[in-house]
Amino acid sequence: MIDGILIGLTTALSFKNIFMVMIGCFFGTIIGMLPGLGPMTAIALMIPITYGFDPATGLILMAGVYYGAVFGGSTSSILLNAPGVPGTVATSFDGYPMAQQGKAGKALAIAAWSSFAGGTLSAIYLLFMAPSLSKVSLSFRSPDYFALMILGLTAIAAFSSKGQFLKAMMMVVLGLMLASVGQDSLSDITRFTFDNMNLTDGISFVLVVMSTFAMSEALTIILKRNDPTAAAKQVSLTELGSIRINKEERGKMYRTIPRSSVIGFLIGVLPGAGATIASFLAYGMERNLVKDEEKEKFGKGSVNGLSAPETANNAACSGSFVPMLTLGIPGSGTTAVMLGALLGFGIQPGPRLYMTNPEIFWSVIMSMYIGMVILLILNLPLIPYIARILAVPKNYLIPLILFFSITGIYVMSFNNFDIYLMIGIAVVATFLRLYDFPMPPLILAFVLGGLMEENLRRSLLLSNGSWEFLWDRTLTVCILVTTILIVLWHIYKTLTKK
Amino acid sequence: MNINTTKIISLLFFIFSAFYLYTAYQIQVFAFDENAPFNAKTFPIYLGYAGLFFSGLKLILPDPDTIKVEHKTLEYKKTALLIIIAIIYGATILKVGYFLTTSLFLFASYYFLGERRWILMFLLSFPFVAGFMYLLHGVLEIYLRDPFLKSIGVMG
Repeated sequence: MIDGILIGLTTALSFKNIFMVMIGCFFGTIIGMLPGLGPMTAIALMIPITYGFDPATGLILMAGVYYGAVFGGSTSSILLNAPGVPGTVATSFDGYPMAQQGKAGKALAIAAWSSFAGGTLSAIYLLFMAPSLSKVSLSFRSPDYFALMILGLTAIAAFSSKGQFLKAMMMVVLGLMLASVGQDSLSDITRFTFDNMNLTDGISFVLVVMSTFAMSEALTIILKRNDPTAAAKQVSLTELGSIRINKEERGKMYRTIPRSSVIGFLIGVLPGAGATIASFLAYGMERNLVKDEEKEKFGKGSVNGLSAPETANNAACSGSFVPMLTLGIPGSGTTAVMLGALLGFGIQPGPRLYMTNPEIFWSVIMSMYIGMVILLILNLPLIPYIARILAVPKNYLIPLILFFSITGIYVMSFNNFDIYLMIGIAVVATFLRLYDFPMPPLILAFVLGGLMEENLRRSLLLSNGSWEFLWDRTLTVCILVTTILIVLWHIYKTLTKK
Repeated sequence: MNINTTKIISLLFFIFSAFYLYTAYQIQVFAFDENAPFNAKTFPIYLGYAGLFFSGLKLILPDPDTIKVEHKTLEYKKTALLIIIAIIYGATILKVGYFLTTSLFLFASYYFLGERRWILMFLLSFPFVAGFMYLLHGVLEIYLRDPFLKSIGVMG
């Protein structure tokens, strides 16, 4: 492990990679601050740029964008009560009241230090957990992987559906259907191509991500007459107040940060859960753990109430890398985008990644520490200025997003058909978004489609066509039982809500 | 049964799944693979049934949390215009080249979205695209096909 850490440090500390982390954090912070444009869009827009780099640098850049976007989301939550990403909704509960009391600078400082501490602590957990889990996952067989993918897809559908589980499951099936277009990986038989040569190699992952996120989000903003930059124009450079945190406030944070980072990391590791659930759970847990007099302050500008979700959402970001790096199965839509990009580089993440490509595995983990420091430097002194940059009118922002999307496809294929297909999928996705059909399950299913078919093929061939493989191994049964529990929990939650 | 747009989307998805399933059954597999436990059409067939199952459930189950969209407030005109411009951009980019089509696409998009600051519109289209092209082609060495620039001798 020490060798790996050294390799990772050497790679991550190269000038190019530090620069990439800076670019990623900066770009991610800007996009994360814009309500409606989340980390998936930010990463999708970065994909064309990563084509010019080696896989480690590309992944470091995307990871920087990811935690930069979550970080940026918290800034708009505090200053504008307009969370840039769902993972920072809980931040606004106490961050915005604090800003309204004239303590915006202090709220930003608490959020920045909590994010830094949460991200750094969880990167340490990741450092120790990822190699151990990689060793455990070497014992996984095809039925276990198949069951794990069912679990991942069910979980993301349950957690991202806002109570509309069936809609999310329809998106999962649609994602798998799109992934089945093109040549069958084993027999080379073409499927669903309708004699169109452009579809023989299947639909490109980048095309699906760009169309369902970047492009359709841009079209949705125009269609709904939203202006994500309008709120940023209200930010005053002079009224943020002091960024100093006093001794009493620091004392509160020392107690909150360790426990919130643990819960954030563990929730992040779970497939489908991620930063949103982590931040809400950490907020709820903190409220139950503090003294009664502090409990009264929750929702009115509590230091603990702000620190807990901020720590947890950044810890969850690092946690979500665990299943992707060790099992090759992304736990969230965002890491699914990164997995797709890695597959594009010809790298197959999984239990052997840290042996076959240690520079990628370890440099990503090491770059997280560097990223956290850069985010701290960026967020504290520069946020008011970054917020000013956001005052770019929508009339410029939307065409630029469309331009980056189309360029991404153009440089990849030099093919008109792909551009038409992208526009077609974006139009359908925009329409589906209007009716709350979630897109992350579609992306995760699209990325996992090929792997899922491959593992089902192996399992069925080994068991001679029998579905007994589902209950032959204890591990498979455990994973499937967890899947059933998630579905039952979701049904229970829906029924009790009504 | 309460008919709403979500139900109509579910019905369309049901029909799409039925078509997908029919097409999955039509996939020609090798003769020796026909009776194998798993062949090229096995997984798509399961997917077709899964699509029918979930969309069928959505169709028949009550939908108390109906999403209501105020169509009158939606900006269809500008959205449609942007889509048309994007299609024209896609149709011309290979023949004309990246620089000219992208710059014109950006300029036209700014204009149709209501922007009228001509100098800023120009700066954020032609010079911006030139800078981005330099970053991709010159710095990152990502190949960009551009017959127009080639014809005037700017690009090799």
